[in-house]
Amino acid sequence: MMNDPKIGMSLIVKTVTRLTVGLILLFGIYIVLHGHLSPGGGFAGGVIIALSFVHLMLAFGKDVALKKLSKNLASNLESIAALMFLSIALFGFFGGAFFSNIINKGVPFQLFSAGTIPLSNLAISLKVGVGLFAIFLALVILEESKRK
Amino acid sequence: MELHLLLLFMIVGALIAVEAKDLLSSVVAVGAVGFALCLAFLILKAPDLAITQLVVEILCLIILIRATLRKDLPLVIKGRWFFNTLGTLAFIAVFLFFAHTALQELPGFGHPIMAVVKRYLQQGTAQTGAVNLVAAVILDFRAYDTLGEATVLFASVIGIMAVLRRPGRIK
Repeated sequence: MMNDPKIGMSLIVKTVTRLTVGLILLFGIYIVLHGHLSPGGGFAGGVIIALSFVHLMLAFGKDVALKKLSKNLASNLESIAALMFLSIALFGFFGGAFFSNIINKGVPFQLFSAGTIPLSNLAISLKVGVGLFAIFLALVILEESKRK
Repeated sequence: MELHLLLLFMIVGALIAVEAKDLLSSVVAVGAVGFALCLAFLILKAPDLAITQLVVEILCLIILIRATLRKDLPLVIKGRWFFNTLGTLAFIAVFLFFAHTALQELPGFGHPIMAVVKRYLQQGTAQTGAVNLVAAVILDFRAYDTLGEATVLFASVIGIMAVLRRPGRIK
C-alpha cells in the first residue's frame, strides 16, 4: 500500500517523507517534554505532532495515515486527554485549591522538575495534536465524499 | 527598525492577499504575512509565541491550500462599489480616531506596567520549579485560562466533526 504509485505524491516525496516523518514526530515530543525548560510547550509540540501525521497523509494518501491513527482512536484520545488535563486540575484539591501544584518541585533545570507542569504539557499536547489531526481528517473525508 | 520593516511588509502582504485575482495567490500572501508575524515575535523576544505562530501558520496554510487548490472562485465586484468603498473608509476613520484616543491612556510600547509581572519574574522559578517562565504562567499561575483554551479547542473539534460528517443515507 505504501509503494502504490497511483496514490499520493511522487516517489521522491515518498522517500523523503519516509526518512523525515519520524524525526518530525520526535522533535514534537522533544518540544513537549522540555516545555518547562526551553521555549515551546504543549501547544506548539502538539501542533508539530499533528503536522507529522498530516505530512504522512499528504505524501502517502489517506489510508496509510488512517492505519497509524484511525478516526475513532483520534476521537477517543482527544477525549481522554481533555479528561486528563481536568483530572490534573482536580488533583490539586489534595493541596487545597484547583490547579494547585502539589507534586514535589525538584531541582530547576532538571527534566523531572516543576511538579504538574510537564504532566499538563503532555495532556495538552495529546489533545491539540490529535484534535488538529481530526479536523484535517474531517476536511479530507468531506472533500473526497464531495468528489464522488 | 527591523520591526517597522516587518510591519510594512505585513501590510503590503495583506493588501496583496485582498487584491489578488485567484485564491491560491491570496493564500500564499496570507502565509507571507504569518511568517513575517513570526519574525516580529522573534524580534520582540518572544520565542514561545514565535514557535507557536510558525507551526500554526504551516498547518493553516496546508488546510487552506488543500481546501482552495481545486476550486478557483473568481472575485466578482460590480454594482455599488462606490458606496461600499466610502462606507469602509468612513468606518476605518472612525475606528482609527477612537483607537487613537484610547491608546493615549495605555502605557507606551515597550514600557509596560510591571505590577503583577514583577512578582512572577522574581518568584516564578522558586514557586513552580519551571525555568521557562511562560510555562510557569500558563500552566500554574494562570492555568484557568489554559483550561478555557482547551475547552474552546475541544468544542471546536466537536463542532467541525459534527458539521463535516459524511452525509447520511437518504430513505
